[in-house]
Amino acid sequence: MNKSILILKREYLTRVKKKSFIVMTLLVPLMMAALTILPTYLAMMDDKEERTIAVYDPTGLILNQLESNEFTKFHYIPGPEFQELSKNFKSGNYYAVLHIPENILTTNRAEMISDKQVTFDIKNLVTRRIENIIEGEKRKQVIDETGVPDLEKRLSATKTDIRVETIKLGEKGEAVKSSTEIAMVMGYIAGLLIYMFVFIYGAMVMRGVMEEKSNRIVEVIISSVKPFQLLFGKIIGIGLVGLTQIVIWIVLTLVITAGATTFIGQGSAETASQAQNIMSGSQAMGQMATATPEAQNKVIEIIGMIGNLNIPLIIFALFFYFIGGFILYASFMGAIGAAVDSDEDAQQLMMPVMMPLIFSVILLFAVAKNPEGQLAFWASMIPLTSPVIMMVRIPFGAPAWQIILSMVILLGTILGSIWMAGKIYRTGILMYGKKVTIKEVFKWLFYKN
Amino acid sequence: MEIFQANNVVKEYAGHLALSSVSISVKEASVFGLLGPNGAGKTTLIRIINQITAPDSGELYFEGRPVKADDIYQIGYLPEERGLYKKMKVGEQALYLAQLKGMSKKDALKSLKYWFEKFEIQAWWGKKVEELSKGMAQKVQFITTVIHQPKLLIFDEPFSGFDPINTNLLKNEILELKKKGTTIIFSTHNMSSVEEICDHIALINQSKKILDGQIDQVREQFKTNTFEIIYRGETPNMQHHLGSHFNVLEHDESSHLKQIKVQFLNGNSNNELLKILMNQFEIVSFNEIIPSMNDVFIHVVEQNNRENKQ
Repeated sequence: MNKSILILKREYLTRVKKKSFIVMTLLVPLMMAALTILPTYLAMMDDKEERTIAVYDPTGLILNQLESNEFTKFHYIPGPEFQELSKNFKSGNYYAVLHIPENILTTNRAEMISDKQVTFDIKNLVTRRIENIIEGEKRKQVIDETGVPDLEKRLSATKTDIRVETIKLGEKGEAVKSSTEIAMVMGYIAGLLIYMFVFIYGAMVMRGVMEEKSNRIVEVIISSVKPFQLLFGKIIGIGLVGLTQIVIWIVLTLVITAGATTFIGQGSAETASQAQNIMSGSQAMGQMATATPEAQNKVIEIIGMIGNLNIPLIIFALFFYFIGGFILYASFMGAIGAAVDSDEDAQQLMMPVMMPLIFSVILLFAVAKNPEGQLAFWASMIPLTSPVIMMVRIPFGAPAWQIILSMVILLGTILGSIWMAGKIYRTGILMYGKKVTIKEVFKWLFYKN
Repeated sequence: MEIFQANNVVKEYAGHLALSSVSISVKEASVFGLLGPNGAGKTTLIRIINQITAPDSGELYFEGRPVKADDIYQIGYLPEERGLYKKMKVGEQALYLAQLKGMSKKDALKSLKYWFEKFEIQAWWGKKVEELSKGMAQKVQFITTVIHQPKLLIFDEPFSGFDPINTNLLKNEILELKKKGTTIIFSTHNMSSVEEICDHIALINQSKKILDGQIDQVREQFKTNTFEIIYRGETPNMQHHLGSHFNVLEHDESSHLKQIKVQFLNGNSNNELLKILMNQFEIVSFNEIIPSMNDVFIHVVEQNNRENKQ
């Protein structure tokens, strides 16, 4: 056992000290954080250019209703100046000319003339504002025509926004607010994380075994320790490298994202209040005013719903299935590494072994759609797929007996796979220059020594 | 006293018999040569001694008692095909391998310091193994083999890949270790080095031991009663003078000192031959030809292969 720890230490330290490991471990959280922060940050970068837009409005509907803001000014012009500008745009010092046609109430069309492509933001701003004004105008006309008292208010009251809230009953029958979307996202992340790590670190075990075999150092080492101790120390050592990486990734991503959000958050609060001040039109104001607290409520609600997930169980299961899935596949990979001489042979033997793992990722989406179905149940019991599939089901609240059963099956299978890997490893590691068939590998299982 | 003994060891691999009832016994503080053509079963026997594999049947004794798992810490093994972790630093690696052999970190460091100084390779401590030449790596491997002061050392073709200077260095180290009381099992195809350093040999061919004994006795056993005489003077008709009891194999008269090889046919003594020769010419030297290990090896193996075919 002492020797296994010595081997474990070497396997762990040589890998953790590698430059590639350090770079990957630090870079990925930065990238993850950048991916979440950058879009928000970019969206906040304001267009700070000052532009003046000439407005020609023969209908008088829009007249003096378009208010200028800090960067976009509206300047009303009379007919002759509009004629002049349409002939010679350069004569006026305008960014664009907005023309409200006489028949806008029936056609719903206006035009903006410029010698450049009008920016998306400007076009949006102008469209939104004219829309509000024209809609208000139309509504006023309808109210005047029908003469129904308080129609304006009554119409407003019909506005509806329906949300179906999913409520899960807790153990004691108390209502727990839950969210299918959040459970799904959690399930995907957990399942994919396990898949990725089992794949990457399983292959690392195989390469480590192959390195020792092709180096021929293995003969010296197994004259000091039992082959099983060597394989065991290697698997656990590499598994710990994986755990180290996953923990650093999670912690760093959280820290960087949290740090950056508070930093940007301060800035965005300022711009938001600016935007409110500048925003013209009572309706737009009203919408903004109601939207902000609503969004805040939403965030609080989401946090609450995440809190309602069984976080300790999810974390426990994540580590259990990560370690279990890894040991299961790593023992196969170790056996393959011992059985082969060349990379090509390794690829060939690796394919069938990795198939169930790849298959479980394909199943992942189907299972997330229906986490209580037959497919989900069986896939989360079969140990080759259960580490990924059960992780998808747990955020949805899989029954306790199923979780326990799945874990017990996985543990039992691991014991079997380690026994098997030990047998194959012991024989294969000293076998050189022989192309190994699967049939032969099965024979090794029953060799005496 | 015997440090290691194997009795009737049998090992079979998937229908192929690797060792068929092989027995050896290795005396303490001696050099034991394990000889045999490629594929004879030497490596299998060495792996059994190392407890890398277990025999199908047969008994193994270490220091007179049945082998225990702990005995591997008393054994140092330098395999024929050897390597180190390429990306690992020389010092770290030597330390790791010494610790695997049961040494404490402190003892291992002290001992490594001694050996690195002895071989004048202190400067390599922080280098990666991939930066070393083959010969340099071999030196490091030799150190990692002997570092834990094992009672029994097993060298499988230790000189392959060494230049003559390093071969000599290694040979002296092996003899020095023997002087200090270490037992060495030495497997090689290089017969001249066997003559130089082995005390005892065992020859394995086609999974069976076909020859075993003290090296001088073995060579003695295969001598053909042939003598080489160098003389000065007129050349007589040798066969005529020697009569039918002796057989002249070679007669070289080309140089000033003449040479003749004579084989005794039955039961004649050296003195009888000398008496006859003394009357003919002046004898410069008179030597019995004892076959080299190379001759013994080829003779015995070829004969055994012929017998096995029949």
